Amino acid sequence: MKILVCISQAPDTTSRIAFTEGDKAFDSSGVQYIVNPYDEWYALVRAIELKEQQGGTVTTITIGEAACDPIIRKALAIGADDAIRVNAAPEDSMQVAQLIAEQAQAGAFDAILCGKETIDHNGSVVPAMVAELLDLPFVALATSLEVENGIAKMTREVGGGEESVEVALPFVASASKGMAEQRIPNMRGIMSARSKPLNVVEASADAPTSVSKFTLPPEKGACKMIDADRPEELIRLLREEAKAI
Amino acid sequence: MSVLAIVSIKNGAPTKSGLEAASYAANYAASQGMTASALVAGEISGDGGLGATGIAKVLHCTEPVTDSGQWAKLTEAAAVQLNASAIVASHDHFGRAVAPRVAVRLKAGLVAGVTELPSNDLVRKNVFSGKAVADVAVSTAIAVYTVTPNAFGVKDAPGQATVEPFSADLGIAREKVTGFDSASADGQVPLPEAELVVSAGRGLKGPENWGIVEDLASALGATTACSRPVSDIGWRPHHEHVGQTGITIRPNLYIAAGISGAIQHLAGVNQSKTIVVINTDPEAPFFKAADYGIVGDAFEILPKLTAAAKELKA
Ligand SMILES: Cc1cc2nc3c(=O)[nH]c(=O)nc-3n(C[C@H](O)[C@H](O)[C@H](O)COP(=O)(O)OP(=O)(O)OC[C@H]3O[C@@H](n4cnc5c(N)ncnc54)[C@H](O)[C@@H]3O)c2cc1C
Ligand SMILES: Nc1ncnc2c1ncn2[C@@H]1O[C@H](COP(=O)(O)O)[C@@H](O)[C@H]1O
Repeated sequence: MKILVCISQAPDTTSRIAFTEGDKAFDSSGVQYIVNPYDEWYALVRAIELKEQQGGTVTTITIGEAACDPIIRKALAIGADDAIRVNAAPEDSMQVAQLIAEQAQAGAFDAILCGKETIDHNGSVVPAMVAELLDLPFVALATSLEVENGIAKMTREVGGGEESVEVALPFVASASKGMAEQRIPNMRGIMSARSKPLNVVEASADAPTSVSKFTLPPEKGACKMIDADRPEELIRLLREEAKAI
Repeated sequence: MSVLAIVSIKNGAPTKSGLEAASYAANYAASQGMTASALVAGEISGDGGLGATGIAKVLHCTEPVTDSGQWAKLTEAAAVQLNASAIVASHDHFGRAVAPRVAVRLKAGLVAGVTELPSNDLVRKNVFSGKAVADVAVSTAIAVYTVTPNAFGVKDAPGQATVEPFSADLGIAREKVTGFDSASADGQVPLPEAELVVSAGRGLKGPENWGIVEDLASALGATTACSRPVSDIGWRPHHEHVGQTGITIRPNLYIAAGISGAIQHLAGVNQSKTIVVINTDPEAPFFKAADYGIVGDAFEILPKLTAAAKELKA
């Protein structure tokens, strides 16, 4: 199987969130970037497992500028064979999806795996856009993936449970928790990642949406403390003050 | 011009988040002097309650559609017929699979996870896992929005919608659904839709102690959730894990017992309207994000809360 895994960078989950350029851009100063957890822990690791079982290759693709190279090298260290980076600043999900779809078409992949969502934009839209651009079946929020005789069998999160779905190859899926377990790259992986191909491609696409302003949410008011000996007071406040129950 | 909501059906009725998308569409249409329609596929009775969200017309495709590609084709045909300038879907498993496809077909900009109606050509959504909000501009003639569940709610609008049969050439279904495994305990609202959630973490010490969590949840009519380590060690099922790498929820009430409040946990729950924290450690970071707090032992507090909740309901 030839698998393409879409990898995006994301600010480390403990990063301080702040903005610059008149609150139009994320302030990345001092921010440590990681591979978007859904892409790394679930999509990439499952792709590598399938390759280990059945042979084939795992290619990663990232839409982003050179600052993304460290997270791409990490994906190679975990076990991807090669990487594509489209040298463009991601501005909008349609733009990103178009750039991914162009490369995916050229590479004739059997499966395109994405994460469920990026933890910065929280869009959860790029994968289905890629599927539509390539006219492929799509499974969102997949929690397991097996491939047998040209058929991909998946389970996916739906309200109140999990559905089993089957699609023929090629297909696109977005990976959610459960699909695989996080892998820590070993020394050999880290060494070999340095010499694996990272192909940089120049391309651009239009962005139909743009952020006009970022705002931090209002600070929470002080927490009202309730005496441990009178928990029933909490129930009363929840009903009368918060009107939550 | 008009606004079109696409609404998924479960057990013969629109889903809760589908009704929220319909209500959002109706309110947005009203603010623009337009009317709103809803597109549904599958069996519903009457207008499925969509008229009561302010929808004027329901386009009803009687065949159930489960394939996201087919849903996008159906939506495109309806959008063309209605000359729709905005398409609204729920930001759940349905909207995440279908809305982006619709955006591609209609060459429309998409804003995912909106929380408020557009105003002055900008629409607000949460970003950075709820740690910031963004106001987003769409430059295309048609816009697609997916609405965060439990954010906008359903605004009642007295009325009945007209129902018209609708169909389009959908091609073949390529995504074959072969089974369903119910995750929620009997009678529990699924976590992403739940308005009341009782959650517990490593402070509960072991899976055998979850009875006191479940008791409080059932006394309140709430759904249970947990922190990541708890689901990782197998104390609780995976689908209960909330946070950065699990499910993001936005209930009216989130009660957290024995959870420290790590930033990755908060990312999944910080948009809850009211947060209650119960923790033995007064320094636990979760108190900073809470509305109400009790410094105390969950093993003592939870049963007392259950008793008080039962008394209130009685
Ligand atoms: C990239 C990344 C992603 C992550 N994603 C998630 C995620 O999605 N969701 C998530 O939850 N975590 C996530 N984590 C893990 C997170 O950082 C924390 O480790 C985790 O949330 C801690 O779980 P906890 O609060 O249950 O346990 P602990 O941190 O061990 O806290 C237990 C708490 O219980 C209290 N306690 C002990 N006994 C009692 C008692 N008898 N009564 C009341 N209180 C008691 C203690 O004071 C303590 O505050 C992620 C981590 C990383 C690095
Ligand atoms: N800039 C990017 N480069 C490569 N893949 C991306 C990029 N942005 C998003 N993706 C993929 O699409 C998924 C969903 O992203 P989003 O729609 O932005 O939430 C991510 O988990 C990635 O797999």
